[in-house]
Amino acid sequence: MNLTFALIAFLILASAVLAATRRDLIHSALLLVGNWLGVAFFYLWAGAEFVAFAQALVYVGAISMVVLFAVLLTRRMRTELPLLVATRDRVVSAVLGGAAVFGVLAVAVLRTPLDTNPAKPAGSVSMLSLGQQLMGPQAAAVLIVGVLLTVSLLGAVVLASSDADGKEGAP
Amino acid sequence: MNMLQACLLLSSALFCIGLVTALSRSNTILVLLGIEIMLNAANLNFIAFWRFSPAGSAPATGVIFVLFSIAVAAAEAAVWLALVIALYRHQQNIRLQEATRLKG
Amino acid sequence: MNLSASSLWLIPALPLLAAAIGALTPRGGRSLASGAAIIAMVGALGLSVAALGTALAHPAAHLTDNFTWFSIGTDAVRLGWLLDPLTAFMAVMVSFVGLLIFIFSLGYMKEDANFTRFFCFLSLFAAAMLGVLVANSLLLVFVCWELVGLASYLLIGFWFHKPSAAAAAKKAFITTRIGDLGLLLGMLWLYHVRGTLLFYDGGNGVLEPSSLALLSHGKIAGGIALSTAIGLLIFCGAIGKSGQFPLHVWLPDAMEGPTPVSALIHAATMVAAGVFLIARVYPLMLADQHLANVSVHALTVVAGIGAITALLGAAIAVGQNDIKRVLAFSTVSQLGYMMLALGVGSWVAAIFHLLTHAFFKALLFLGAGSVIHAAHHEQDMRRLGGLGRRMKITFATFAVGMMALAGVPFLFSGFWSKEGILHAAHAWPVSQLPLIAGLIAVVLTAFYMTRLVAEVFLGSPRSDAASHAHENSPVMTVPLVILAIGAVLLGLIGTPAWPWLQSNLGGVVVPAESIFEGPGLMVLSIVLVCLGLGVGWALYGWRKRRDAFAPDPLAVAMPGVFAALAAKLGFDEFYALTFGRLNQLLAVVADGLDRWVWGGIISGVAWMGEALGTFDREMDESGLNGGFDAASEKLRGVGNAYSRAQTGEAHGYLRTLAVAFVVLALLLLLGGVL
Repeated sequence: MNLTFALIAFLILASAVLAATRRDLIHSALLLVGNWLGVAFFYLWAGAEFVAFAQALVYVGAISMVVLFAVLLTRRMRTELPLLVATRDRVVSAVLGGAAVFGVLAVAVLRTPLDTNPAKPAGSVSMLSLGQQLMGPQAAAVLIVGVLLTVSLLGAVVLASSDADGKEGAP
Repeated sequence: MNMLQACLLLSSALFCIGLVTALSRSNTILVLLGIEIMLNAANLNFIAFWRFSPAGSAPATGVIFVLFSIAVAAAEAAVWLALVIALYRHQQNIRLQEATRLKG
Repeated sequence: MNLSASSLWLIPALPLLAAAIGALTPRGGRSLASGAAIIAMVGALGLSVAALGTALAHPAAHLTDNFTWFSIGTDAVRLGWLLDPLTAFMAVMVSFVGLLIFIFSLGYMKEDANFTRFFCFLSLFAAAMLGVLVANSLLLVFVCWELVGLASYLLIGFWFHKPSAAAAAKKAFITTRIGDLGLLLGMLWLYHVRGTLLFYDGGNGVLEPSSLALLSHGKIAGGIALSTAIGLLIFCGAIGKSGQFPLHVWLPDAMEGPTPVSALIHAATMVAAGVFLIARVYPLMLADQHLANVSVHALTVVAGIGAITALLGAAIAVGQNDIKRVLAFSTVSQLGYMMLALGVGSWVAAIFHLLTHAFFKALLFLGAGSVIHAAHHEQDMRRLGGLGRRMKITFATFAVGMMALAGVPFLFSGFWSKEGILHAAHAWPVSQLPLIAGLIAVVLTAFYMTRLVAEVFLGSPRSDAASHAHENSPVMTVPLVILAIGAVLLGLIGTPAWPWLQSNLGGVVVPAESIFEGPGLMVLSIVLVCLGLGVGWALYGWRKRRDAFAPDPLAVAMPGVFAALAAKLGFDEFYALTFGRLNQLLAVVADGLDRWVWGGIISGVAWMGEALGTFDREMDESGLNGGFDAASEKLRGVGNAYSRAQTGEAHGYLRTLAVAFVVLALLLLLGGVL
């Protein structure tokens, strides 16, 4: 254990817990941005600088904007309704389920003997080799992801656009 | 407990927080954010295993996988934004438990 | 001019083509249809003359051209064309007389709305008739024979809007069909025995010596030779087609058709086809002659039928008042003469008479047609009269025809051909009865023809139609003149002094003595002709009929006999009472069988089917359906139960996933995998 990891872990978990429990959607969204930043820090700490920057750009820069858009476009629902009985039951069951999952995962992690190599120096993957990987053996995957992005964007436009007869646009 | 296990426990915890969020909140945006958290937890695992794997294994597989995952997450985000807007337009709110049209 | 046997098919093909053109021509195309028909007949006449040239170059040969129609397994059905003097003379006669009648029809049918249809049918008839003549296979003969019958049916019933014409067409068709059934049976039997129906086939044909020996060798029940049985069955067809007793009843009724049709089909050509057929298969008919121990010879039957028909037809003709019916019974009688000649062994005499008869009977019918046309379709001789002064050409030519038919001596062809027959009958060793019948018929023929001419052309007009009649246009009179010339000149080629036709027909030179035994018989027949003419003149010419309602002089003299003759000796009534009644009885029986027996069986089967259906339905509804319904209900219940799990709530699904994951992981952990 070292101090840097502990700080990063704390940042990640605290922001996530707060985001999950806050009633205000805006607050939740902003706290999630913190959470994603924490993850980016983790990548940096682990030596994957490129991934860290990608995480920061995509999540912190783009997806957070999307979330904010969604929140603003549906702002009549900005505040959560008061907790009802049925909702409380759901919260309790959700916490119980999450705890069970965590228990199982933790047991599995702790009981598994893992061969590790802590001596591996950080920053061992160079931008050059990564680029060669992506444009060489993984080129097909890169292309497919490109197609997937295009198609999903088009699908999103179709879904979000108003109906053909222009009945009602987005508020 | 070594560093890898610590990383994995962190990832597990993050995953469970995301799960609880997705299960408990009724706002569709928050449910989707919970799912986003779970995705991040999975990405954490990739990097952890890549970082602490024994020498001689594939050099950058974990990193590349995470890159693709982030790309797919971006596409997913675009789609869920559209879904949320369509849902809102359809039922004038975004409470997920009310979107039960397709029940059996 | 020459024409080989292989191109003989062109002769019937030309009129057939004309018939096709006529069939495709709309009503307005009168000149196209009639022109095609007449040009085709001219072509057929030319080809026939060419064929005659070929045939006369080889009078004793039978030139054939056979081909395979189709094969079944190893059996091939072969057809062919045959060229011999018989074919050639007949073809020339049919196409020549046919051509003249076609031309006459141009005038006679001028006002008819269905002019094109008429020429189409006439061409069809001519094609079929010529087909009968050139065929070298009994099968092909039969096919054309039936086509001839069809054309006859169509033409008799040409004015089918008249009920009597439609009935006459039906009667002609059915009556001839009775004879054709015999022909068909004979044909099948012959094929069964010989395996071929070709007449001449290089030694294998049915009319060639090896075949005839085989056929006359075999006997069937009753001491009848096989060839006799087959020959008589074929003769049945000839009886039907040639209007022989007892199937003669259709021929007078056939006069309902247009008069050119009567002239062509029911006087000159088609009714002679029966005579031609017997002449064609004459070797077969002769095959049993050398057999002594048979019960009957085929030709004896032919002679008997012919004699009866000749006498009967002439007698009934005496009592008729309709011009065309007189001529029709006269035709029956003359055909009887021809059969008589065949029966007594002189087919050459029969064909000679056939040719001369074709000319003078066509002439008589066309003359009658000319009269009828001029008198606005008045056919009753009692209501005519005095036409001789108004229609001089018609009168003159009709008189020529009448004298040829009556057998007025020396100048007219009918005399020589009739003499030939009487001499042959006299020379017949079996019996003199046919000769006696023939001689009586000679008197009657002269008598009724005198009566006909006197009633129609002499005296005074006895109706408006007759008093306003006038001579027809040349298109109708020119054929009359040509036929009249033929009726005179044709006798020249067959006189005992120069038996050219007889010698060429049979392929053997006929000495004059064999057809002329001496002046005795000739003198007798001349006396008889004069007797008939004299009595006729005495009764009808001397004292002329004053009005249409005056009783017939013969009816005054012999009322019972005349009434019987006028009623055609009651053949129609007799057939109606016997065969017609029998038919009705059979129909009643068949109806009863149908209604009660077969109908009962069928309704029983139907009832059983219904019962089975009801049973099935009950089974279905109570048994099977219940089971399926219950099973479906269960399935639906299960489906409902499962569908309740589909709440549509995303949280629920996610929760289920989480729980399932936990359970799965725990199972793996406890199982010791991790």
